[in-house]
Amino acid sequence: MLARTRTLALHGVDAIPVDVEIDIHRGLPAFSLVGLPDAAVRESRERVRAAIVNCGFDFPLARITANLAPADLRKAGPGFDLAIAAAILCASEQIPERPLADWWLAGELALDGSIRGLPGVLAMTEEAARNGGCGIAIAAANAAEARLVEGVTVAALATLTDLATLARGELPPAPATSAHENGGPPFPDLADVRGQPGLRRGLEVAAAGGHGALVIGPPGAGKSLAARRLPSILPPLSRSEAIEVTKIASVAGRPALDGTLAQRPFRAPHHTISPAGLVGGGSPPRPGEITLAHRGVLFLDELGEFARSTLEALRQPLEDGRVTIARARDAVTFPARFQIFAAANPCPCGHGEDSRQCNCRPDQIRAYASRLSGALADRFDLSMLVEQPSADALGGDPGESSASVAERVLAARHRQEARLGPGRCNASMTESELAVHVHLGAEAGAVLANGHGSMGLSGRGWNRVLKVARTLADLRGLDAVGAAEIDSALIMRRRGST
Amino acid sequence: MSACADCMARGLQLSALAGHIDRAVEGRAGERARDLLALGDEELARAVCPRDSRAVLRAARSQRRDEVQDALERAGCWSVCAHEATFPAELAALGPSRPRALFGAGRRSLLPGLGANRTVTIVGSRRAGAYGREVARELARLLAGTGIVVVSGLALGVDSAAHEGALAAGGETVAVLGTGPERSYPRSRRRLYETVRASGLVLSELPPATPTFRWMFPARNRLMAALAGITVVVEAAERSGSLITAEMAIDVGRQVGAVPGPVTSWRSSGTNKLLADGAAVIRDAQDVLDALLGPGVKVAAEHGPPIEPGARAVLDAVEAGAATGDAVVARAGIELGAALSALGRLERAGYLQGDVTGRMHRTALRVPRPRGSRR
Repeated sequence: MLARTRTLALHGVDAIPVDVEIDIHRGLPAFSLVGLPDAAVRESRERVRAAIVNCGFDFPLARITANLAPADLRKAGPGFDLAIAAAILCASEQIPERPLADWWLAGELALDGSIRGLPGVLAMTEEAARNGGCGIAIAAANAAEARLVEGVTVAALATLTDLATLARGELPPAPATSAHENGGPPFPDLADVRGQPGLRRGLEVAAAGGHGALVIGPPGAGKSLAARRLPSILPPLSRSEAIEVTKIASVAGRPALDGTLAQRPFRAPHHTISPAGLVGGGSPPRPGEITLAHRGVLFLDELGEFARSTLEALRQPLEDGRVTIARARDAVTFPARFQIFAAANPCPCGHGEDSRQCNCRPDQIRAYASRLSGALADRFDLSMLVEQPSADALGGDPGESSASVAERVLAARHRQEARLGPGRCNASMTESELAVHVHLGAEAGAVLANGHGSMGLSGRGWNRVLKVARTLADLRGLDAVGAAEIDSALIMRRRGST
Repeated sequence: MSACADCMARGLQLSALAGHIDRAVEGRAGERARDLLALGDEELARAVCPRDSRAVLRAARSQRRDEVQDALERAGCWSVCAHEATFPAELAALGPSRPRALFGAGRRSLLPGLGANRTVTIVGSRRAGAYGREVARELARLLAGTGIVVVSGLALGVDSAAHEGALAAGGETVAVLGTGPERSYPRSRRRLYETVRASGLVLSELPPATPTFRWMFPARNRLMAALAGITVVVEAAERSGSLITAEMAIDVGRQVGAVPGPVTSWRSSGTNKLLADGAAVIRDAQDVLDALLGPGVKVAAEHGPPIEPGARAVLDAVEAGAATGDAVVARAGIELGAALSALGRLERAGYLQGDVTGRMHRTALRVPRPRGSRR
């Protein structure tokens, strides 16, 4: 007796259809599982056996062979339990096969037959919707997340017995979920950054043009405080972007249990992080911090303390917006389109070379400066220098609120999208786009010609200055880039790099 | 030509006794090294290793001249002694502590030109700020441009900036080292060492392969002080090693000049004290020339493009100590956007320079005076 059900396996942040085939025939009672299962999948046999028996079904005393196809794809995790159990019940004719064959089944079984939630249900539901069929049957806990996908029927199963309901052509009663979107606590507000106009301007420009930025200053000057407020002035995520972010979070083990879409991520990995932790790795490959920061902000505090190899690993993803983790058997591509924001002390002790408290030796300062200027030198468009805010500023009025800065940022982004296409921003302009879209006034052209030689900036350095100047003009609503914008961008540029 | 055996022996002995001398000065090299070096060979040996002075002395003297000569040639170095005409006569001013021979590398042909009336020593803090480095570089560049030889010690900070400035002008520069002449100390200055060696001169009183000890640096300072007609201290905190050089310059009857700095800056506290004690005020290369040669010789005037009043206010703010956009806003009372674009204009014009963290510093470039005003 043969039966077949359909389920989904996670591969990177996407799902791939997997067929579960069960063959039951006479022989010594045995239960074997083939098709590159990992340990968790192999243990599925024990969970399936217990769940079937404890739900009042019979576990066939015969020779059972389960095959997970395609056989060359590595299967990991407990998510195949439900489909395997369903196929056994169908093959042993305890429930009819026909109605179940068109459902996508994904869930982990508990020994009492209840069904547990899985990570990555959003990705699975998207794939199910793409492939057609009756719909997807998943754990009740995952139902809210699955319903984020439009145009697919979601069956929420509490226990294995609900499969029988499904096989009769009825949907099990759905748990009540409140469908509210874009939830989560609000980001901290930019109004908390008091005084420090240079820092506030830098944040606004970074947000408006999507520029990578580095902020340098002594401990306690408000670098992290400012970084954590960057997401609050970025434009809101579109629905499709929010789905992408939610999907990644779910795959990484933070399922959207209450059915709310994720906010813009803000990730701040500690500087001791390994290259694999940052860009993704392991076997099977898991997403790293840069993928968790997709469509959001990756904040590297203490940039000078990160291992050089760790920072070098960021180079390619920053360019491509994705990262491919290659393994001997397999290669997985994770999305990684994030905005980089970093903070550093001006010298190893943090006080700054010009401060009397600085007790760094000259060679330490030199080594630190070269580390800082070498670290991802060509991936930051902006740098800002902050100092301890004065007591007056700290006790003074709150700064402009995030909401009003975000308005200007959004207007500037609209201008960029009109020029470059949807979802694009100035930081991503290519050299040819720079030539087309950065109209220099006569005076600005002269500035450029005069500065190019005298300041010893490389061609690449100038391109970054032009991008920032373009953003400054966008913030002011100007079509042409003027001399003032070029000069301001020169001062805001990253120093000591090419 | 190379140094005769008698003259060379002194350097070889210092090299052999280096470790003993280090122990004898007990960490107070600045005060004691000079007195020790004034002693004759036997007294010195007795002073630093009373127990077996004879044996040590004998061992030092047993080195054969041709072996030393071989070692010199292998390192690409040479020696010169007081019996030769090209030996810098100025060193005689050091009296009993004068070196009898010098070990050198680089262009030996520059030796005859080392007269006190055309040589300037520029020294200062190794931990110099942007101000000190900029002033040292500009002084050296303009002085070297008028044919003055710039002497310094190849250390980090002011010394390096002085060598770089002289080299930038295509002028002559001499690095006097505390170590043997074949070694770049500190190692991070390797490239500068090679450049000085290629187009200038490297001198030391110690032979190649001498191990490095602390006392050698104050000892070297007396050579720098004696070589030049004037020693200019650019930026030095109190208790800086360059103040020792200044003191030694006075001892051998040379002039001392100092570049003033803000009275609030710990970096300039040493130079400001020198000025208070009567050192010549050095504001620019012209002041150095006036002190060295008397009035007459002029440094070619250099100044940048004219700047408009708005930028002038920003430049004033930077000169008054504002190093960031925020600080300029606070000091000049203008809006941030205007401050940033003015800073950009000033940097392009060469009046300002930003360091790796983005702090803005004033360069030595002068602003042209508006027509009709007088100095």
